[in-house]
Amino acid sequence: MIDKKSGSNSDIQILDGNRAAAIGAKLSRVQVIAAYPITPQTPVTEALSEFVERGELDAQYIAVESEHSALAVCTSASIAGARAFTATSSHGLAYMHEMLHWAAGTRLPLVLACVNRAIGAPWNVLNDQQDSISQRDTGWIQIYARNNQEILDSVIQAYKIAETVYVPVMICYDGYILSHTEMPVAIPLQQDVDRFLPQYRPHTILDSSNPKNYNLVTLANPRINAEGVLCHGYMELRYLLQEALQNSRETIRKVGQEFGELFGRSYTDLLWKEKMEDADIVIVAMGSLAMEAIVASKMLREEGYKTGVLGLRLFRPFPKADVLKALSKSRLVVIFDKNISYGSEGAVCSEIKAALYGSQVNAAIRNFIVGLGGRDVTAREMADAVKKSIASLTEGVPNKGYPEWICHI
Amino acid sequence: MMKEIRVHARAGQGAITTATILANAAFEDGKYALSFPTFGAARMGAPMNAFVRIGNTPIRVRSQIYKPDYVLVQDPTLMKGYDVVAGLKPDGLAVINTGKKPSELGLKTEARVVTINAARIAKQIMGRADRVNTALIGAFIAITGELSLESLERAIKSRFSGKAAESNWKALIEAYNEVKNRGNGA
Repeated sequence: MIDKKSGSNSDIQILDGNRAAAIGAKLSRVQVIAAYPITPQTPVTEALSEFVERGELDAQYIAVESEHSALAVCTSASIAGARAFTATSSHGLAYMHEMLHWAAGTRLPLVLACVNRAIGAPWNVLNDQQDSISQRDTGWIQIYARNNQEILDSVIQAYKIAETVYVPVMICYDGYILSHTEMPVAIPLQQDVDRFLPQYRPHTILDSSNPKNYNLVTLANPRINAEGVLCHGYMELRYLLQEALQNSRETIRKVGQEFGELFGRSYTDLLWKEKMEDADIVIVAMGSLAMEAIVASKMLREEGYKTGVLGLRLFRPFPKADVLKALSKSRLVVIFDKNISYGSEGAVCSEIKAALYGSQVNAAIRNFIVGLGGRDVTAREMADAVKKSIASLTEGVPNKGYPEWICHI
Repeated sequence: MMKEIRVHARAGQGAITTATILANAAFEDGKYALSFPTFGAARMGAPMNAFVRIGNTPIRVRSQIYKPDYVLVQDPTLMKGYDVVAGLKPDGLAVINTGKKPSELGLKTEARVVTINAARIAKQIMGRADRVNTALIGAFIAITGELSLESLERAIKSRFSGKAAESNWKALIEAYNEVKNRGNGA
């Protein structure tokens, strides 16, 4: 039963994921919103424009003609010192691609909600994670949610993370499976969020009374500027972005812990672990699939298998050390990817393999590509895939080195 | 024990509202709830589903519903060409908006089938025969008692306002009483 009393400092409501994201942005007191509607993200833009129109949110809602412009507006607003927010999906995110690089390269603390949707061709409006995975190398932090509570909580935390490490954050959640599914969500009080997330105070503001240049043509090597200061070359700036992402893990953990202390829902761990203590077979998944995996694992436990679930909350920076530690006792790791890096394997699988390289963990690894373009993934299917993987271990079938697909071919 | 409900309707007939009301009422009863529509591009009049899961513990299943405990059919024309009772559990229940008797429908299911002329009730109370969702909920609750009337009233009154709230609540009670008065045979 839901203990409504435990939510005395919050209001529990039945919300879909899009509304949860919009409320998260509102509670974060975003000052500029620029977004272009696209299925299944559209209700986020509708809710935010309503909040602004009704005077519930003191922000500028800037209507734009494309996603590229939406992120250009947010980038400019952020350079001018505002806390900015945008949301998109699929082709919209693909269209933002250039500006994603600009935002991260400029080291702006933007937050973007990516409502995960498949990418054409052929046209498909349904869920998979190909859109955000395709933006893996743009320098954004990527956090994935398993339910609507995590969406709301993560948007709020994202601003604190971004404004600490000066790296933009993408909050990814599965289209329809979360965006259009209603479930109970505790909405924190504004005064508590204000305590957790103070007003944004940028270290540099683009101000007409104090003109500056941003993002000049930067040459390969460091160079002394007109004022005699030795400035970084392009490569040093790239190194600093990589270092910021590497170091952000500790900030993400700390912000998650602080959030937990204030709101009672801890995000200290970069991974979600379920029955991992004695598990020698581990299911790995990201997003809502990490929740379905818990149901699959329970089925397998009832059949006598010692299974556990490792849910990835953070994809960039990838929590390598945490993953390695969590998988230290595993004999078999079964990874479910809602994306495919064509010609190779699922993106999560590659990361897990890389994390285990050179370690003492010598687990067999199996990769399944599932749920592309909205194909439903049931707990039973996941459990059967795991069982099939176990059988192939004892039968001595070598690791194929490429993923298996759960589809009709 | 988790209960799964599947609503059959045509896009525009308020099936998502049915699911939302059921989920909110379950939540008011102190239960966990999950509700979602058929995923994809719906167009007015196209057959669609809305789904609800209700449980006493947090709900982790994110996939669609294949073996429902309950089926609610808002539009009887969907029984032509669609197997509305597909996967319905043998000890489950189907509630169908129609003036016909269950035996006249020829549905292939071991589950119990109950009919209610929700369209007549909706026409009488709201002047529109297509606003059947709250009457259907009334009939469903009269048989199963899955949700309390108090919570349903709160859910309806938070979903609708003014006249719409009153008339929807009235339609629910009308159907509830009609089914209750039929006795065990429903």
